[in-house]
Amino acid sequence: MKSPVAAVAIALSIFLGLPISSFAGSQDIVVEDAWARASIGKNRPGAAYMTVRNTGTDPVTILSLETPLAMMPDIHRTTTDANGVSSMAPAGEITIAPGEAVSLEPGGLHAMLMRLETPMVEGESFSLTLTFDDGGTVTVDVPILGIAARGPEG
Amino acid sequence: MRLSVIQKGLWGLTVIAVVGFVWLQISARGERSTDGPAFRADFELTDHNGMVQTDEYLAGRWMLVFFGFANCPDVCPTTLAEVAAVMDGLGSDATQVQPLFISIDPERDTPQALAEFIPYFDANIIGLTGTADQIERTSKTFRIYYEKIEEAASPDGYTMGHSSQLFLFDPQGGYVGAWTYGTPAEEILADLKARMSI
Repeated sequence: MKSPVAAVAIALSIFLGLPISSFAGSQDIVVEDAWARASIGKNRPGAAYMTVRNTGTDPVTILSLETPLAMMPDIHRTTTDANGVSSMAPAGEITIAPGEAVSLEPGGLHAMLMRLETPMVEGESFSLTLTFDDGGTVTVDVPILGIAARGPEG
Repeated sequence: MRLSVIQKGLWGLTVIAVVGFVWLQISARGERSTDGPAFRADFELTDHNGMVQTDEYLAGRWMLVFFGFANCPDVCPTTLAEVAAVMDGLGSDATQVQPLFISIDPERDTPQALAEFIPYFDANIIGLTGTADQIERTSKTFRIYYEKIEEAASPDGYTMGHSSQLFLFDPQGGYVGAWTYGTPAEEILADLKARMSI
C-alpha cells in the first residue's frame, strides 16, 4: 500500500458504501433524439446526431466514442465561414456545463462514423457508447433513418 | 544606380497610371453587374451515368447548383436532403428545375462513385464530376472556393473544404442568387416559387 491515508480512505469508502471509482457526472448524462442516416454500402463515412444533456451539478467532458458499427468513430465539427465555405475537423474534447446540453446536429457537430463494418440500413439501429472524463460511459441505441432524413423525426 | 528627378517623376506617373487602370477595371466590372446577371453557369462535366453534360444541354430549365463530395457525411447529404424536399414541394413544377451536385473531390468521386448515392435521394439530381482540371475550371466560372485539407483523422487522410451555398440559375443560365447552407427547405421553396413566378 502506497499511502496509509489512501488505505484509510478506501477502507472508509467501502465502510460507508461510497463508490470507489466515483462516476460523479456521467451518471447525470441523458442522451436524447439520437438518429443517423442510412448509408450506401460501407465505403463512405456515416454520421449520427443526438443531444447530450448534463442534468448534474459537475461539468462533464466527452472523451471518446465507440460502436460495433464503425472502427473509427469520432466527433467532428462542421464550420462555415463568412464566405460560405464549409469544412470539417475533429472537434476534440467536448465539455458540457451543469444544466447544459450539447447538440450534435446537421451543419454543426456530428458523430462521424468512419470505416464502417457494415452498411447502415434504414429501419435498423446500432449502439453507440460515449466515454466521459470521469471514466463513466453511456450507451445509446441509434435508429437509422432514410438517406434523405433531415432530423430525428425523419 | 541613381535616378534623376525626371526618371523619378516618370516612375511616379507609371505607378499612378497602373493604379488608375486597375481601379477603372474594377469599377467598370461593378457597373456591368447591375445590368444582366453577374455571371453565367458554364461547365462541361461527366454525370453519374457517364454522360457528358454542359450548361448548353441543360439550358431551358432553372438550375439549383451545389458543390460537395461523396465522402462528406454531414453538409452534403443534408443539402441533398434539403434539395430533395424542395423538389418534392414543387410538385408538378419540379420538371422546370434541374438540381446539380458538382463534386469538388475529383480524386475520389468517379461518375460511378456518384452513381452509388446521388440517385438514392430520388429527386432527379444529376451528380457531376470530371478531371481535376475540369473541376478547377468549373470552380472558377462558378466563383466558388474549395480546398483539400490534410487531416490524419479523416478517411484517406484528407477532407475537403468548399463553398456550401445553394446557387440558383435562370433558364438562360444566368446567376440569380444563392442560399447559405442551413436555410430551411421551406424557405428555399417559397423563395424559389417567387423567383419562378409559380
